[in-house]
Amino acid sequence: MPEPMMIITAKLNYWIYIVLMMVGLYAMIAKNNLVKKIIGMNILQTAIILFFISTGAKHGATIPILEHTHGPGPQVVQAVRYANPLPHVLMLTAIVVAVATFGVALALIIRLHREYHTLEEDEILNQLEEE
Amino acid sequence: MKTVEKIIVLLFGCFLIYCTFDFPDWSDPGTPASTHVSPYYIEKTLTDTAVPNMVTAILADYRGFDTLFETIVIFTAVIACFLLLRQYKIDEPVARMYRHIPTGTTFRIKSGGKYPRESADFERIDLQYVPYGVVVKTTCRKIIPFVQLFALYVIAHGHHSPGGGFQGGVILGASVIVFAISHNLRSATHRLGDKIAAVLCTLGVFIYTATGVLCMLLGDNFLDYSALAPIFGTDPVMARSHGILVVEIGVGLAVMAAMISLYYNVSSAGKLDEGL
Repeated sequence: MPEPMMIITAKLNYWIYIVLMMVGLYAMIAKNNLVKKIIGMNILQTAIILFFISTGAKHGATIPILEHTHGPGPQVVQAVRYANPLPHVLMLTAIVVAVATFGVALALIIRLHREYHTLEEDEILNQLEEE
Repeated sequence: MKTVEKIIVLLFGCFLIYCTFDFPDWSDPGTPASTHVSPYYIEKTLTDTAVPNMVTAILADYRGFDTLFETIVIFTAVIACFLLLRQYKIDEPVARMYRHIPTGTTFRIKSGGKYPRESADFERIDLQYVPYGVVVKTTCRKIIPFVQLFALYVIAHGHHSPGGGFQGGVILGASVIVFAISHNLRSATHRLGDKIAAVLCTLGVFIYTATGVLCMLLGDNFLDYSALAPIFGTDPVMARSHGILVVEIGVGLAVMAAMISLYYNVSSAGKLDEGL
């Protein structure tokens, strides 16, 4: 394989996550609507989750579950044969926590809407300055 | 228009892409992430805990503290959502809507009028008109028990196949949310109220913490399940396996109740009378 192709196949996954992350970041800093900002935050979280999962991949490895045995018998386990389980564990909890924080963000937005009757950031700032 | 933001995002993206050339290649087995502690986990899981699924063993045993505090984060999110939104004083709406199911007619009864008794013929519906969806309601009634059975399987079988407390808890919560969407929020809270959901969430966190404290009382470290061997009547390695199951059940309860409570509060803006 020629050299540029090698680099592309080795790093393409990171580039995809960076593009996804930048989409989320752009939504967070450029959009005016608060719900769109939160959607941007979720896209950014997804990019980070994908990044972590991809660091656990190993060439020619299988899922990190051992063959079914009865009892803890002496079994030779080679670490190269199984995908890295650590990123899976970290992201497993991170996904559920992301949902919970998403719920809190929505609750905050509902409170803001109850107070200011709008979700546009500039309108809320205008109302704050008038007070 | 928004030029500054685009430039910031573009510059930051280019900087990150420049950094990726120092990153390990895709699916390289010799990365720092795969050579530090993870080989120990992969090789010792079965002899240490008798759990074939390494993800479950790391989640609940090797990194039990991490998972404990993630569960507490979810619990805190539920409390935050509850305190932000929940309101108990609800202005009685000017009218109530009822549907006479055999004929399909809807009644709008102003406050002060005589409301029909709750029976099989009359059902109270939301003020925004919703058609009587026989297909949706019947389908959800039929699939919800199987969804819940599958969720219990996912929790209980997390030792041997992909699964565990977090996944099973989310599926259990989703089954209740599906019920709330297909019928209405009122009938869902009638079956599983938000107070019960809050108690279940607390109970889940309590089961997890109590398991850890029990290990301490039996003379070992916090969350070292091998101390539970006399209680389970097994050797210390199998006791770790059983301890992981107890902890996973606690996590499943907490996550299920958290999903339900968040849905109830967010979908009805804290009033819990009429939701999606």
